[in-house]
Amino acid sequence: MLHIINKSPLCHNALESCLRTVGSGDILLIEDAVYAATKGNAMEDRMRAAAGQIKVYVLLPDLEARGLADRIIDGIASVDYGGFVDLVAANKNCQSWL
Amino acid sequence: MPSIEINGKAYEVDEEGYLINLADWNTDVANYMAQQENLTMTDNHWEVVNFLREYYEEYQIAPAVRVLTKAIGKKFGPEKGNSQYLYELFPYGPAKQACKVAGLPKPTGCI
Amino acid sequence: MSDIKKFMFVNRKAPYGTIYALESLEVVLITAAFDQDVSLAFLDDGVYQLKKGQQTKGIETKNFSPTYRALEGYDVEKLYVEQESLEARGLTEADLLVDVTVLGSKEMGALMEQQDVVLSF
Repeated sequence: MLHIINKSPLCHNALESCLRTVGSGDILLIEDAVYAATKGNAMEDRMRAAAGQIKVYVLLPDLEARGLADRIIDGIASVDYGGFVDLVAANKNCQSWL
Repeated sequence: MPSIEINGKAYEVDEEGYLINLADWNTDVANYMAQQENLTMTDNHWEVVNFLREYYEEYQIAPAVRVLTKAIGKKFGPEKGNSQYLYELFPYGPAKQACKVAGLPKPTGCI
Repeated sequence: MSDIKKFMFVNRKAPYGTIYALESLEVVLITAAFDQDVSLAFLDDGVYQLKKGQQTKGIETKNFSPTYRALEGYDVEKLYVEQESLEARGLTEADLLVDVTVLGSKEMGALMEQQDVVLSF
């Protein structure tokens, strides 16, 4: 299953709730959720731990727009819009966390 | 907001003639609505109308036809818990017409 | 309908503060007409939707909490609540106005996994 998050982890608990419930599958961080994919963010340790069982992706154009494309946490993969579509197609179902 | 006048008293209704304020309802309103719908109210009609009001009171929604049919059957017996019976009473749709007479809003997802 | 799909509505917002809870409930009632396999999940502040004793007169807003009790009549009987979310809010199953199944976080995640369609509110 693909879980899509679009809120900053420091303002909303969507990512936190997603990490708490999800045991396997893919997570894609887009829009303001891309901050969670950057080194030095308060979520860094959680993201490194999660990346062990869950594949975490970040949408690169959203990271670039925020000037943070050079700070991706190791183990998190970046994708472009085509990669976003591939992820949706590769998964049986998906959930956009609000 | 359109309104209707019954026995010298004004009642607010929506564009389709449904009563705006649930609390305004009384038998005069019900009879007026029934007349507008070309219904001649019988005990069987009142049974459904009163049931709908009780249902709304308890759940705060007007039930879908399928749910109404099932609930009527449970309460008044299988000879009444079928859509044929309900459509004979309310030919243009039990939910739509009976809700109007009962002073309820149009049901969500109403057919 | 021959092609029955599993639909899950995930509710994570408190009632009244935003329109999400009410909108979700309305979509659930409409979906129920299509004879699909519908389930509801309550996580985070979404568990507040099911709190007993809601009184909305003072905020002049419709109290839609009694409608959750109508779901059974709509054949929507699978209501799941996350244990951790209840605990974090000082609530227990006894505080809820409908019968639910309480699940741990990972059980909830596994259930999401099994769905054909997940709609988040």
